[in-house]
Amino acid sequence: MPDQLLFAMEVTLNGLMAGVLYSLVALGFVLIFKASGIFNYAQGVMALFAAMTLVGIQKGQVPFAHLINALLGTEVHHFGWHVPSILAILLTAGVMVVFAWIVERVVLKHLVNQPDIILFMATIGLAYFMEGFGDLMWGADIKKLDVGLPQGINIAIDDTTFGWFGYGFFIDNLDIVATVIAILLVISLTVFSQYSKQGRALRAVADDHQAALSVGISLRFIWVLVWSIAGFVALVAGIMWGAKSGVQFSLSLIALKALPVLMLGGFTSIPGAIIGGLIIGVGEKLFEFAIGPLVGGATENWFAYVLALIFLVFRPQGLFGEKIIERV
Amino acid sequence: MKDMSEGYVTADGRKIGGVLMEMKNITLRFGGVVAIKDISFDIREGEIRAIIGPNGAGKSSMLNVISGFYIPSEGEVFYKGSKRPQMRPYQVAQQGIARTFQNIALFEGMTVLDNIMTGRLTNMKSNLFQQALWYGKANEEEMANREKVERVIDFLEIQSIRKTPVGRLPYGLKKRVELARALAAEPSLLLLDEPMAGMNVEEKEDMSRFILDVNDEFGTTIALIEHDMGVVMDLSDRVVVMDYGKKIGDGTPDEVRNNQDVIDAYLGVAHD
Repeated sequence: MPDQLLFAMEVTLNGLMAGVLYSLVALGFVLIFKASGIFNYAQGVMALFAAMTLVGIQKGQVPFAHLINALLGTEVHHFGWHVPSILAILLTAGVMVVFAWIVERVVLKHLVNQPDIILFMATIGLAYFMEGFGDLMWGADIKKLDVGLPQGINIAIDDTTFGWFGYGFFIDNLDIVATVIAILLVISLTVFSQYSKQGRALRAVADDHQAALSVGISLRFIWVLVWSIAGFVALVAGIMWGAKSGVQFSLSLIALKALPVLMLGGFTSIPGAIIGGLIIGVGEKLFEFAIGPLVGGATENWFAYVLALIFLVFRPQGLFGEKIIERV
Repeated sequence: MKDMSEGYVTADGRKIGGVLMEMKNITLRFGGVVAIKDISFDIREGEIRAIIGPNGAGKSSMLNVISGFYIPSEGEVFYKGSKRPQMRPYQVAQQGIARTFQNIALFEGMTVLDNIMTGRLTNMKSNLFQQALWYGKANEEEMANREKVERVIDFLEIQSIRKTPVGRLPYGLKKRVELARALAAEPSLLLLDEPMAGMNVEEKEDMSRFILDVNDEFGTTIALIEHDMGVVMDLSDRVVVMDYGKKIGDGTPDEVRNNQDVIDAYLGVAHD
């Protein structure tokens, strides 16, 4: 097989894995958008916040250490213990549930029946608040996230492909783990929403608020539930991206990458978020590989957005979104 | 009016029980507009109670007060003998009051079966974790509820559309699915907001038959709002008549038919 083709295959595989990570972020958006019609600008910051909290808990950092030290003149930074990864992840998930509950209490409750744009603005405010709050709580330094996920080149794949083609594929172990986890996450979310009573209530609320109330569904409970699940998805995304590139402010910008994914897949479709993520992931890697050298590279920065623009022209509802038909 | 504290027997020989729900001096204001003005009436166990009146009389507002969508500005609601505290609509639903809407509020994207299953939500007791893990009661409960739902589906003769997404159904069938969802909750009180609005004669006859059957077979207490005087008079045991937010008549269909105020409200009255 020609080298170019092999190389393209490797790029495609890597693109697929990167796409999975985009999908994870997009998934959080879709969940909240479906259930409440809110485009949650804060989803990316939620991932950052979750990752920071995880690192903080794991390392036994004292929350608000800088604030406490400044106010009381003390010098506390660490509790001096290390929390095992699994326990830290569970605790962080708990923090995200509390966060969801506070958001419902403090923000959403007061904005019921407001126009979508108001709610959108509220999530922008929430994003900036969380960013500052996260820094205040855990410090603004770049943190290394290590929950014991395997990292580095997968030797087995490298050897096998070398044996087959005389060319070893470079696939990162972390990407493989991320893919497996993303698949499990999507399957469990789908099963939960299709076959459980809360899932049914969730779909009901997404469909019609008034009707949902009339069959005895508490909207507030469902909102807390949805934001908790979105927080959990953010945590998973935060772990994956954090392990890949460190926990720092730029982590929250992955949310921007989720936008073209959503335009491609449709804002209301979970499969759409997955497929959209994969297309963007593979698309931008292959484009960089094939066209990049001709135009001086760095196409990954803009390819996704241009693709989304083209989609907006020809299929504004996305691949899997509901077509908006209005009766006149 | 005769004393009916112990219930009464209808013209067709059904025994009506004690008071299930009592509205006492209900007033509802929206800013300066008074939608309901000091209205009192009761709904008795096992009866079909109608609220009628011309457009804008406040009928739907009254139904919304009963189902908790509106909170009355003044007055008290008594349910099953005790005063009802201020409640949200979903809490009212959990107390066993199910309703339908004038302009149909179904979950368009879900199938008929799923829509009707949502009606069972208030009767499902397993918690989030059992549901998430499909553990313990969750499975059993789902099966038991499916059986009940299938019975409702049989009863309303909608077997053939069980798996159809509701969005694809014609208007008349949607109304029937909405009734099915409300029935699936096995409500103590069923509220129907214009169940026959926009239907043709045949569909109206079907719906009337279902309402009577529901009342007859399950003994469900029904309160309904309807425009069509003919239908109301045939269906209901007692009728409240509203006009401009006030109650102008209350009694059996015959009593109401001969009430001068009611005749004036419906036919108009010459001012001289």
